[in-house]
Amino acid sequence: MTNLDASPIRRSTRPAADRRDRRTAVRTAAKHLGLILLALIMLYPVLWMAVSSLRPNDEIFRSPGLVLDGLQAENYPLGWEALASPFGHYMINSAIVVVGAIIGNLVSCSMAAYAFARLDFTGKRWWFAIMLGTIMLPIHVIIVPQYIMFSQIGWVNTFLPLIVPKMLATDAFFVFLMVQFIRGLPRELDEAARIDGAGHPRIFLRVILPLMVPALATTTIFTFIWTWNDFFSQLIYLTDPDMYTVPVALRSFVDSTVATSWGSMFAMSVVSLIPIFLAFLIGQRFLIKGIATTGIK
Amino acid sequence: MTALSELQRLRASRGGSARKRDNKAAFLFLLPWFAGLLLITAGPIVMSFGLGFTDYNLIEAPQFNGLDNFERMLTDERLHHALGVTFTYVLVSVPLQLACALGLALLLDRGLRGMSFYRSAFYLPSLLGSSVAIAVLWRQIFGAEGMVNQVLDLIGVQGRGWISDPDTALSTLVVLNVWTFGAPMVIFLAGLRQIPVMYYEAASVDGAPRWMQFRKITLPLLSPIIFFNLVLQIIHAFQSFTQAFVVSGGSGGPSDSTLFYTLYLYQRGFNNFDMGYASALAWLLLVIIGAFTAVNFWAAKHWVFYDD
Repeated sequence: MTNLDASPIRRSTRPAADRRDRRTAVRTAAKHLGLILLALIMLYPVLWMAVSSLRPNDEIFRSPGLVLDGLQAENYPLGWEALASPFGHYMINSAIVVVGAIIGNLVSCSMAAYAFARLDFTGKRWWFAIMLGTIMLPIHVIIVPQYIMFSQIGWVNTFLPLIVPKMLATDAFFVFLMVQFIRGLPRELDEAARIDGAGHPRIFLRVILPLMVPALATTTIFTFIWTWNDFFSQLIYLTDPDMYTVPVALRSFVDSTVATSWGSMFAMSVVSLIPIFLAFLIGQRFLIKGIATTGIK
Repeated sequence: MTALSELQRLRASRGGSARKRDNKAAFLFLLPWFAGLLLITAGPIVMSFGLGFTDYNLIEAPQFNGLDNFERMLTDERLHHALGVTFTYVLVSVPLQLACALGLALLLDRGLRGMSFYRSAFYLPSLLGSSVAIAVLWRQIFGAEGMVNQVLDLIGVQGRGWISDPDTALSTLVVLNVWTFGAPMVIFLAGLRQIPVMYYEAASVDGAPRWMQFRKITLPLLSPIIFFNLVLQIIHAFQSFTQAFVVSGGSGGPSDSTLFYTLYLYQRGFNNFDMGYASALAWLLLVIIGAFTAVNFWAAKHWVFYDD
């Protein structure tokens, strides 16, 4: 609103406006300064952790700043080998869970979304309401019976309890996101395909899926980040150190080491955050759009 | 636009169509979802209701024990403590977080240069906040010799062991939750963009000062989004687990000061394998979150403004 007055023509012709311009400019500069300062404060802890992971242990407790005296990368090999298996082992475990979850979500949620967005069936309103309700259902409410069920079929300490639910479209948030997206696609496309004799599976695969790539990308990135970060269910289902994923391994690292090895702990923390950071850089556009249109973290 | 408004719309619309239905195709497309509902979500909810009336340790068969679990809740002091900790956390951290989110969204709104940079910088913590790595970091920076105290030392303030002191341990987790205000901020930004500029222009012409414009235009038109964020962040905050677990080493300490409800539930269920009681606790959590949400919806009638 303030820069309405800032048009160059006015500036050259009217001295009063000139003064006002300068005041606006000062105010804008102050605002930017404040915002940059705030952004720095927000990101400071993470930056500090990254820098500290390159410091000797005793220095971590002496240097709140970001300037490195010298580069000391040995925390990384130390942290990498600190647990029963090299840290890469846990990263592979996490990657398996993440890939399984992504494939599961993409396939099952897009199918469900197609039905809710395009098909007419008995009790649709009710099913849809139930689906929306499950978005807000906390996992803690269902984890006990779920655990009992999975432990009885011998799935504890496998990745199945973390992947199979995703194959069954239980991340209803993504179903909703895709329903919203499909509703935005012109129905004429379906009709044209139908006239050409295509059935629903064909319309879904040939018409709708190729058009919903942005929604699929959003789903992929969110699933990646949430699954990579997810701690609660991985802590519960993976108790064998060989099956640990990154968050569970990191946590066992914290518990098993005394306060002397913060450097290597920070190093592995940084390693565990790199994939999230990369996903953020690559998928920023989809992430922002995804939460802006469906409104969920 | 949101799942909530969708629900409200559903409640308002009535009646179906007499057109030919695609029941068979729909069933096939929804098959995975139906299976998930039965086995993973709704089924377990029903099952945990049943288990709530039993004594069950995973090894022997569940023993029906009537209302024992619920009577036990009445005298379980750790549970009462966990409820207090959780309520405090939710009621303090959510308003603070949303206030930051709204404040920043207002600052960033409309044609600010470098807006996408700021948005990214403020949003990034939301993605990192729930990770174990950040919890590890928090444990260090709020420790007795941690980074925060080093900074305080520079300006001559005597710090303390923020995490080891029962009086301040929970505050460090509140700070962590406020730190993740980026996600609601992005939602606010999207909402602010929906408000037509001409409203403000008209108000400016009439000489309304900016705080008046904020009160009479921005707040009412943004109130559905505020409501949405409030409902969501409350539900979200009730489920916080990772940070308290890692920061306290799984104990909820010191002196149970970070014993979140979910953490207590985890301890009963998965440390003590007290599955019957844990099921009852899970149901209580569902009821509490449901009650909070219902109160929110009820209160919304008095302050949320719907344009249509």
